[in-house]
Amino acid sequence: MEQNKSSVIDNIDIEIPLFLEAVFQKYSYDFRDYSKAHVKRRLLHRMSVGRFTSISQMQEKVLRDKAFFIDLLEDLSINVTEMFRDPDFYKSFRENVVPTLKTYPFIKIWHAGCSTGEEVYSLAILLKEEGLLDRCQVYATDFNRKVLEIAKHGIYKTQELDKFQRNYIKSGGKEKLSSYYTLKYGSIKFDQALSKHVVFADHNLVTDHVFAEVNLILCRNVLIYFNRELQNKVINLFHESLIHSGHLCLGSKESLRFTQHEHSFVDIDSKQKIFKKKIG
Amino acid sequence: MNKALVIGTSFGGLEALKTIIPALPADFKLPILVVLHIGDNNNDSFVQYLNGISKLSIKEAEEKDEIKKGYVYFAPPNYHMMVENDETISFSADLKVHHSRPSIDVLFESAAWTYKNRLVGVILTGLNQDGAYGLKIIKDYGGTTLVENPEKAVASIMPKAALTESDVDFVLDLNEISNKLIELSVQDQ
Repeated sequence: MEQNKSSVIDNIDIEIPLFLEAVFQKYSYDFRDYSKAHVKRRLLHRMSVGRFTSISQMQEKVLRDKAFFIDLLEDLSINVTEMFRDPDFYKSFRENVVPTLKTYPFIKIWHAGCSTGEEVYSLAILLKEEGLLDRCQVYATDFNRKVLEIAKHGIYKTQELDKFQRNYIKSGGKEKLSSYYTLKYGSIKFDQALSKHVVFADHNLVTDHVFAEVNLILCRNVLIYFNRELQNKVINLFHESLIHSGHLCLGSKESLRFTQHEHSFVDIDSKQKIFKKKIG
Repeated sequence: MNKALVIGTSFGGLEALKTIIPALPADFKLPILVVLHIGDNNNDSFVQYLNGISKLSIKEAEEKDEIKKGYVYFAPPNYHMMVENDETISFSADLKVHHSRPSIDVLFESAAWTYKNRLVGVILTGLNQDGAYGLKIIKDYGGTTLVENPEKAVASIMPKAALTESDVDFVLDLNEISNKLIELSVQDQ
């Protein structure tokens, strides 16, 4: 039995790279440089939900069934987010990034990996309160079109509203969160004036290129799923996209450690992972 | 020989870890990875305190840390901590498991994938079922499992759940655990 179990597992470690290669060849979505434990956990979950006996069996399905591939995209993209996630970050952002933003006549912002958009609306609220929103252009991107649709509509369930309110207050919010949304049928809908300056677009950090020169990039809790090579590649992409002295904001557990650009940025807030691109 | 030790605990866990970790020697052979449920609070003061009274180096894990002996890695609040097959640490902000992030199950399962039968898993005091499934996976891979005696644990739910889910190798009182771990750290498979 022991023997049996370990041989099944070895097969899985052979099958997963083949599966990811098949997905890449067929659909051009590249998960080959994602963290292996993360991918394995998500694929095993799909395998068990779909009652497959092996990854190879699932590979046959994914090659022939686009709808199944769409489900799989859901599995492999983490869409856990909330309004003002890590409120201390937004607080630091107000104190340390906003003063620089105020010096720009026009501000382009790239929110990469925006998922269902809660953090895009959080940012828009913050920019509005700082009197900056009207001169901002925000590009909010994700590779998952389904979550982009949700983000565009800005409609969220009320079950986490208490947490959102608490986060907003902790983040240094100046108004009441309720002044930014309307409550209807158990959902909240954010004021469309907030997203007037936001373009939601399909962009894949792994396979797509620079699309604009921006003053600020936010990409929080995306790089944690990537291996070192891919992290390096994406940080290069960010470095290329930022103007001199542009800001880069990562997730609280992400860093520039081990990337080629470790020394191309200065720490603005090392705990909240706010960096500024060096000149030259 | 075993290659790593994973520990999971929640309510009462701070005290339990204060008993176990400082009793381990500086040359303890196994790196230690710990999930302690502490809600949204940060680990900083506890990690610092434990580091002050232990011979091993205690730290909050960082993404891509190489897992090395002599160190005890705590999962950061609000992230699942996983072991990659190149023996480095990765994180995920995925959904909570048993209302917990970090989850013990997520750590134990990924550690079992990498270390297979050369892994020791420990469940201590706690108030939910997290860890029971993970400990079973460790056992399925031929690893060694140990649970704190629920009769004497501060909170019995977590150790009891672990004992219900799989056949556990050792059930010990808190003050017996560190000696058993030292024994397991040098024992041939």
